[in-house]
Amino acid sequence: MPKVLVPLSGTYVAPRFDQATEVWIGHVSSRAPAHGKTFVLTQPSAEELSQLIITEHVQTLICGAIENEIYEYLIWKKIKVIDYIIGPYERALEKLGKDNLHSGDILFTKEERSLD
Amino acid sequence: MPTATFVSHLFSRPKEFRNLLNTLPLGIAVTNLDKRIVCINRTLEGMIGLGQGDVQGLPCHLALRTNLCASDCPLKDISGEDGDGTQYCEGDMINDQRKKIPLRIVVSNITDEDGVLLGYIMTLEDMNRHRGSVHLDSQELQLDKFVGHCPQLERIYQILPGIAETDSSVLITGETGTGKDILAEIIHDNSNRSHGPFVKVNCGALPATLLESELFGHVKGAFTGADANKPGRFKLAHKGTLFLTEIGDLPLDLQVKLLSFLDDWVIYPLGSTKSIPLDVRIIAATHRDLQAMVQEGQFRQDLLYRLNVVRVHLPALRERGDDIRLLLDHFLQIYSKRFKKPVKRFTKRALSFLLTYTYPGNVRELKNIVEYAINICQGEEIRMEHIPAYLHEFVDQLPDSATTQPPPPDGGMDHTRDQAFGPEKRQTWPEREKQMILDALQQAKGRKGEAAALLGWGRSTLWRKMKHYEIE
Repeated sequence: MPKVLVPLSGTYVAPRFDQATEVWIGHVSSRAPAHGKTFVLTQPSAEELSQLIITEHVQTLICGAIENEIYEYLIWKKIKVIDYIIGPYERALEKLGKDNLHSGDILFTKEERSLD
Repeated sequence: MPTATFVSHLFSRPKEFRNLLNTLPLGIAVTNLDKRIVCINRTLEGMIGLGQGDVQGLPCHLALRTNLCASDCPLKDISGEDGDGTQYCEGDMINDQRKKIPLRIVVSNITDEDGVLLGYIMTLEDMNRHRGSVHLDSQELQLDKFVGHCPQLERIYQILPGIAETDSSVLITGETGTGKDILAEIIHDNSNRSHGPFVKVNCGALPATLLESELFGHVKGAFTGADANKPGRFKLAHKGTLFLTEIGDLPLDLQVKLLSFLDDWVIYPLGSTKSIPLDVRIIAATHRDLQAMVQEGQFRQDLLYRLNVVRVHLPALRERGDDIRLLLDHFLQIYSKRFKKPVKRFTKRALSFLLTYTYPGNVRELKNIVEYAINICQGEEIRMEHIPAYLHEFVDQLPDSATTQPPPPDGGMDHTRDQAFGPEKRQTWPEREKQMILDALQQAKGRKGEAAALLGWGRSTLWRKMKHYEIE
């Protein structure tokens, strides 16, 4: 079961990796719902969040927008990065469990987007 | 499919609102009272890498991804600094190329004729296009990105207004680190395309197989994995400038496509037979000798003719005479302030050395040497021991006069330099930079975090460069 980290903004995947002050860390599998915990960070910092990913032995990062330098650093550290995700983080975890989450996915239904 | 919205009573017939917004060169987003996106214009689509259909109905902070969204949403309170429901602020966003873009943001209320709030309108202006904006007076140019007043640069400053005003293709040549990228941005920022996009592509950075799709885009199904249409950099640069750096690395088959665009002003995305007309100005740059590449059959002569309509050559730093002193003082000031260090000057010996060194890496190398020295220096003066160790091997070979006296300020070449640093002594800039990294790692006893701090880099920058130079 890969260990996953998702920076959060409320119930959504945080739109910016470097601005997140809350993260979800847990495990995801295809056989069971994702389980993990939410942690609050002392301050938003891309460097510190990157180090947290390394020290926590995270294998997969699901995030919003992330700068290229940090992205390439994490890839080099053999971390799978699925970025530019927009939507509820639980939905992202569910899709990851089904191996169906890709960079750039927008996870809102048509009904949720309706402006009526 | 996004729904079309029409504006009535502006003209004799209703006008589709989005088409109206698409004519404007700023990124524009309209939200409802719930701060969900109603529509965005084409410029903003290009900035965020998402289309109208992708973002319609989404909370705006998830679509726009500015740094202000997390902490200080400009929509929170626009009772109005100037009383009319308008707020001005500066921030940044990260686009789909993972690049941070500085922004000027203006948000305003949208109200009906009774003053009832209906929603909000935001304009997002890419400040990268304005930071290079300069008056073409050489004195003012010194204070901005281009620092120097040697005769070669003065000639370039004189012809820049003419170059900027036209739409002619420009070819910028010069060694690595001479400022070709900066000059390209300055030309764009002073042209009548300055409000359009400035899109840069490094032709040497991508494999040939990906470069065609990156440049010209592709249609869905063009190849395995192409599950959606992709616009390509040419299309993103429409009404603006496309800067092709390392043009000498463009494969021959893509040179043909580029030539075809310069002739017909249309592109054909990969997998499509339908042409797309575009209005794009091309600026190209290279450190290679393109004429020699033509002789070797590696670059098309006809393409060289088309690109070479306006040719600007940036001189190597060693040819710029007194500019070296100007640049040393310029970067001393910048980095002292940035790192909050009390460094005020160079010692006589350090200055003599730095004025006689040949800088094979040009301005970029000089900048890195000063940055490194200020990181190391704890006092007010940069001494020889603060200069990167890889340079010290050259000190012993200088004639005594070169180390004790600065060269005459005649603005020309100092031949003692060439004798001291003959061609066999010159290393490339990458060799220099690699040595700087090794020196910093040695000083930090292998601790990468500390080595990164010594070099003034983030850890990820140090990692990237160590990977590039295969340092383990």
